[in-house]
Amino acid sequence: MTALIQSAPASSARQYRFSWADAGPFLALAALLALGFLINPDFLSPTNLANVITRSAYIAIIAVGATFVISSGALDLSVGSMVAFIAGITIMFMNIMAPSLGVWAIPAGMAVAVVTGLLCGLANGLVVTVGQIEPFIATLGTMGIFRALITYMTNGGTIPIDRSLREAYRPVYFGTVAGIPIPILISAAVAALGAFVLYKTKYGRRCAAVGASEDVARYSGISVVSTRTIAYVIQGACVAIAAICYVPRLGAATPTTGQLWELQVITAVVIGGTALRGGKGRIWGTIAGAVILELIANLMVLSDFVSEYLVAAVQGVIIIIAMLVQRFSK
Amino acid sequence: MSIAPRLDRDIVAAPTDGRPVGPAVLRAAGLSKQFGGVTVLADVTLDVLPGEIHAIIGENGAGKSTFMRLLSGYIEPTEGKLSMAGRDVRFAKPDQAQAAGIALVHQEILLADALTVVDNLYLGRELTRNGIVDDARMRALASAKLAELGCEVSPTALVRDIPLADRQLVQIARALLDHHRVVIFDEPTAVLTGGEVERLLAIIFDLKARGVAVLYISHRLDEVQRLADKVTVLRDGKMVGTYPGHTLTQIDMARLMVGRELAALYPPKRTDKAGAPMLVVRNATVPGFAEDVSFSVRKGEILGFAGMIGAGRTELFEGILGLRPATAAIELKGVPMRIRSQREALDAGIGYLTEDRKGKGLLLQERLGPNLTLSALARFHRGPVMRTSLETDALAKAVADYDIRVKSLVSRAGQLSGGNQQKLLLAKVLLTDPSVVIIDEPTRGIDIANKAQIYVFIQDLVAQGKACVVISSEMQELVGLCDRIIVMREGRISGEVSGEEMTESNIALLATSERAQLAQGGSQ
Repeated sequence: MTALIQSAPASSARQYRFSWADAGPFLALAALLALGFLINPDFLSPTNLANVITRSAYIAIIAVGATFVISSGALDLSVGSMVAFIAGITIMFMNIMAPSLGVWAIPAGMAVAVVTGLLCGLANGLVVTVGQIEPFIATLGTMGIFRALITYMTNGGTIPIDRSLREAYRPVYFGTVAGIPIPILISAAVAALGAFVLYKTKYGRRCAAVGASEDVARYSGISVVSTRTIAYVIQGACVAIAAICYVPRLGAATPTTGQLWELQVITAVVIGGTALRGGKGRIWGTIAGAVILELIANLMVLSDFVSEYLVAAVQGVIIIIAMLVQRFSK
Repeated sequence: MSIAPRLDRDIVAAPTDGRPVGPAVLRAAGLSKQFGGVTVLADVTLDVLPGEIHAIIGENGAGKSTFMRLLSGYIEPTEGKLSMAGRDVRFAKPDQAQAAGIALVHQEILLADALTVVDNLYLGRELTRNGIVDDARMRALASAKLAELGCEVSPTALVRDIPLADRQLVQIARALLDHHRVVIFDEPTAVLTGGEVERLLAIIFDLKARGVAVLYISHRLDEVQRLADKVTVLRDGKMVGTYPGHTLTQIDMARLMVGRELAALYPPKRTDKAGAPMLVVRNATVPGFAEDVSFSVRKGEILGFAGMIGAGRTELFEGILGLRPATAAIELKGVPMRIRSQREALDAGIGYLTEDRKGKGLLLQERLGPNLTLSALARFHRGPVMRTSLETDALAKAVADYDIRVKSLVSRAGQLSGGNQQKLLLAKVLLTDPSVVIIDEPTRGIDIANKAQIYVFIQDLVAQGKACVVISSEMQELVGLCDRIIVMREGRISGEVSGEEMTESNIALLATSERAQLAQGGSQ
């Protein structure tokens, strides 16, 4: 055969193509920072920024996992309740082990948190894939289960962490390394790892392929069941890491811990440019999305123009704008 | 290759004979369309007369679909104008064209799977009585229209439960529900086989007899030859000309379409004997689709699978390959094996090209590289890390080897023409280096130049010592390509033909009737 290529030099595969949809979350972030500075110069002070980003860390960490689930074409509504449930289990375990293990109860508790997270994710994943239940319904179910379990475990009240552990555990949320708060470092590490897996590994490719078209994936020899289950397991691990960071902040788990976080997480993912119908994941966009949500809240507290009671409304407007940008930038 | 016999011209007597030539029901004058500075259609002038079948032919990318979309209001022309019965018209939206009496039967099946047949027929134009949806009347009218088209599905069946060919008929019924003056068919027979095609052609002749103007786009030149009163040929967005249908042979049409002398469509078959059995399948049963099917294919052999749509060919192979529940005893190169998933099939060395390249073959939104490597990701991997440079190299090689015409290597699969998508899909499956390649409908909906190339690629495969199975609804293609053809009917093998017996009429006989007496085919 004569081989004819119409103007396709091999180097063009690596050429960068600017896309407003991909750049959108970062431009929005920059615009918010500029706006914040105009309203109140203190806004850009390192202390304030570190505060804001630290507070966005849980949502960011969970949202990294949600980016996997959503780009695989599924959804997880249970993450908020799962945080509470894992935090509860972790605190109870640490409290029980504190007398015998001393401060070593903390790393042991962290391990328990991770294992619990993996198992919760696995349960979600299996119900969705093997059970073939719509992700929305399946995780709506587990959301109720996790929420009820934490309410039962706390007996409707709170489970505080043992006094002997409180001081030793505090730095995980309040500490800094080289001046950077630990939660920020952890979420950056989780995001970097997530970006590596999603963009640079075989699994990442499969995940996006399953989200883009289950049939094409299946006919290409990719197991939809295991790919999607693994996405939920990754989500579970991320929730566990978020819970580990969360426990020292308040030092307790309550039935309202993590309430409505699932919506913030989905918002962060979608603002970040990940397609809600699957097939396209944007880890760093997700991180930008999580920070944007927290910045808006912070901005409204610092300024006097708009009541902070309207934070959710402004976040709602942002998500709609983000979707409109995605919709019309093609 | 044999050319289908000339049809008795009496059937398609010229419609204007003995009648005054009225104004064209639809006239395009100097129609042009540009997309972002690129001219995709230039200066097309065409008259469509009532009671006339006017075929539009051309290779993929020649501008046929653009032209159809201009006529049916999906896009507006950059230059030129449309007139109907002498009055200028402009269509900004498809419903305006429809209101003016122009119906388009789409190439793709655009029906809502979860709704019933009757709901689909009346979607968006439900009949009501006193503001309430009049189900009974819609059902009655739908039944009548479907019966008229020879479609036997129940109006209350869900579209997702009816066969592909019937969906196509439902789609045609939807276009014909209202009385239109012009009906445009875009590749209507792409998913139909033998008898279903005949039924459709009869429908079209009936429209013609009732004075409807028909515009007919097809890659199947034998159909065009049988149907068309006039043939307009497009090439590279320009009009080559309009010719009276009966003066053109299929060879003439092909020549006008490609603008050069066309070499034989099918490459010569190899003369050397096929080797040892490569894939042996015994007693394959796919519940509901295929029962007790046994066959084998040898190294260096192209084995054809013929049959009507619904004969269970695709389902049989999907069952064998672990894509649907099935039982079968499979031996590959003499080694018995179990295949429970597509992954295991690929690992064993059996590649499968699906008939549904858009739905099951390629990720249309994804770039070419990830599409190419999706079945063979392990080969583009070092440790945990994807090696995108290897992927880029593989893509450049595939683009060169299979002559995939791309604007850029970062294009998305959906931006390629059908023929180039098919070549990409072939490259994707061959990247797994299979020893047996199963190709389901290798050339569905693609133009003649790409078809010829794909036939060469398939002959190359077996020349390299692979074994090849070709499933096709185009009997001509099977006869031109295969060494041996198995014919299926209602889930079972109804016969096998090779050598002199391998003719379209013998295959048709085996595919349709219980006890077939085969005729020896003469020299063709």
